[in-house]
Amino acid sequence: MSVPTDTQLSFTNVGPARWWHRSLFASQTAYVTLALVLLIVIMSFASPYFLTEGNVQNIAKNFSFIAIATLGITLVIITGGIDLSVGSMMCFAAMITSMVMTSLSTPGMPLASLFVHLGTDGKTAVANVPGLILIVSVLCGLAVSLIVGLVNGICIAVLGLSPFVTTLGMLSIVRGLGYVVSNGKGSFPGGPDAGYFYALTQGNVVGVPAPFIYLMVLALIMAVVLHHTSFGRYVFAIGGNEKAAELTGVSVTRVKIEVYVIGAVAAGLQGIIISGWLGSAPANMATSYELTVIAAAVIGGANLAGGIGGPLGAIVGCVLLEVIRNGLVLAQVNSYWQQALVGVIIIAAVLVDRIRARLM
Amino acid sequence: MSIAETTGVPVLELKGIGKQFGAIRALLNVDLTVHAGEVVGLMGDNGAGKSTLVRIIAGNFPPSQGTIHFDGREVHFHRPVDSRAVGIEVVYQDLALANNLSAAANVFLGRELKRNFGPIRLLDHKAMDARALELFRELRSETQPQNLVKDMSGGQRQAVAIARTRLSNAKLVMMDEPTAAISVRQVEQVLGLIHRLKEQGIAVMLISHRMPDIFAVCDRVVVMRRGEKKADKPIADTSPEEVTALITGAKEAA
Repeated sequence: MSVPTDTQLSFTNVGPARWWHRSLFASQTAYVTLALVLLIVIMSFASPYFLTEGNVQNIAKNFSFIAIATLGITLVIITGGIDLSVGSMMCFAAMITSMVMTSLSTPGMPLASLFVHLGTDGKTAVANVPGLILIVSVLCGLAVSLIVGLVNGICIAVLGLSPFVTTLGMLSIVRGLGYVVSNGKGSFPGGPDAGYFYALTQGNVVGVPAPFIYLMVLALIMAVVLHHTSFGRYVFAIGGNEKAAELTGVSVTRVKIEVYVIGAVAAGLQGIIISGWLGSAPANMATSYELTVIAAAVIGGANLAGGIGGPLGAIVGCVLLEVIRNGLVLAQVNSYWQQALVGVIIIAAVLVDRIRARLM
Repeated sequence: MSIAETTGVPVLELKGIGKQFGAIRALLNVDLTVHAGEVVGLMGDNGAGKSTLVRIIAGNFPPSQGTIHFDGREVHFHRPVDSRAVGIEVVYQDLALANNLSAAANVFLGRELKRNFGPIRLLDHKAMDARALELFRELRSETQPQNLVKDMSGGQRQAVAIARTRLSNAKLVMMDEPTAAISVRQVEQVLGLIHRLKEQGIAVMLISHRMPDIFAVCDRVVVMRRGEKKADKPIADTSPEEVTALITGAKEAA
C-alpha cells in the first residue's frame, strides 16, 4: 500500500483572507453605506435645512416606520424565502389593535366590563391598572400576526409550497380579512389608553423618536441572534445550502416556520406603530408597502437567492430610501420622481455588486 | 488487522436489505458486514444501488425490507440525525457544505459549541475556530477556520467535510466519492486520512469509481450491480481486472 502518512504539503494559495475580502467590507452593505454617507454629505451642502435638528428627527422617524418590518423580512430573505404579505399584515395588526382597544374601552362591549365601568358622572372610568387595555390590545394585534406568520411558515416549510405564491395569496387573504372585520371603514385607537398609545408610537424620548429607539433595540437583538446563536447560524445555513443544513441535523422546518413568524410579527408591530402616527388604521393602510420593504432590504444587501443579509443592511437600505425622498422634497423636485429613482437605485445596487464580484 | 477485530461483533451488519421506489427496484436482498478498523470499498456502475445503500445506512430513508444492526443492536433510522447519534458519519458526494459560512461554521453545523453569557447561551466562536484548526492540522490541510467555503478549492472543501466527521467519536465513516473532485496531490491526502481512521479502529466504507484508490486503502471490496451484491472479497484475493469485469457484468459473480 502506498499511503503517504507524513508528507507535508505546501500551499501557496491559502491563508487568512485579507480583511477587505472579509465579511462586512466585501459586502454590498459596505458600499451602499458609503453611498449613503456621500449622499448625506452632498445633501448637507446642497440644502441648509438638511442637517437641521427637525429634519434629522423627521428622517429618523420616517425610516423607522418601515425599518422594523424590513428587519423581519431580511431574516426571511436570508433563508432564501420572501414574504409578500407584510403590507397587508401591517394594516391588519393595526386594525385589530385599535378595534380591540376601542371595544375594551366601551362599557357594554364583550369583556369590556373587565377593563372599564361607567362612573357616577356618566363618564367611562378605568376599572383597574391604567395601560392594561393598551397592553392587551397590542398583544391581540401581535397575536394575529403570529398566527398569519405560522400559517405562512407551515404552508412553506411543511407543505412545501413556494414562498412567493403562499405569501402572495396571504397578501390578498389578510387584506380581505381587514376589509371584512372593519367593513371597509378605518378604525381609531380610542378609550382611556389612547393617550399612552400615541405617546408610545409617535412620542419622543429626549428628542429621539420612540420608533427609532424600538428599531435600534430590535436591530441590536437581531445582530446578536444572527451572529452569536445557533438559530442565526441555521438561518444563514438554510439560505446557503438547505440540503446541507438538513443533512447535518438542522431542523430546517422549524427554523423556517420561526423565520416567517418573526417576519409577520415584525410587520404587525410596524403596522401598530404606523397607526399611532397616522392616528387611525384605515383599511387601505400600508398598501404595497411590501414592495418598499423588500426594496429597502435588497438595497441594503440582502440577497434574494438567500444566505446573505443583516440588520445593518436593512437599516441602511431604509435610511437611503428616506434620505432620497427627503432630499427630493428639499430640492423641490416633483415627488413623483421618487418612485422611479428608487427603482434605479435597486438595480444600481445589485449591478455594482455584480461588477465588484467580477473584479475581486 | 487482528483476529479479534474480525471475529468480534461487526460494527455494521445489514441483512436482506431491499428498497423499492414505486415500481423501481433499487436494492434487492443485500447482506453486508463491516468490522471495526476495516476499510470496505463499495463499487458499482452508476445506478447499481451504491448511493441508495449509503443513504439507507445514513438514515436518509428507511429500507423497504431487511434489518440493520449497529454495534450488535438492531437500529431504525428515520432521519440523518438518528444515524449520527449511534456513531455513523457520512461525507456526502456534494460535501453538504454551506458556501456562505466559514469553514469552522460548517464543521460545527448542527452541533455548535456554546458558552453561557448570563442567562443566554451564545456561540463560542473562539473554541470552534480553535478545534476546527486542530482538525485541519490533523488532516494536514492548510484550511483556515475563518475563511468562507465559497472561496475554497476542492481539496479544502473536502477537508472541511471530513473534519466534520472527526468531531464525534464515530465508529463508522462512510465516504461517497471523496476523491472525485480534487487534485491528485489531495487524493493522496484523503487516502492518508482514511488510513489514519483505520488505525484508530474506525470502520470506513469508501464508495468510489477510482480503482487505484480502492486498491490502495481497502481491506475488502464489495461490488454491486443492478441493486444486488455480486461480490465481497478480500482485496488480496482479487485484481482490478476482476473487479472491472464484475462491475460491468462481464463476470456474473465471485
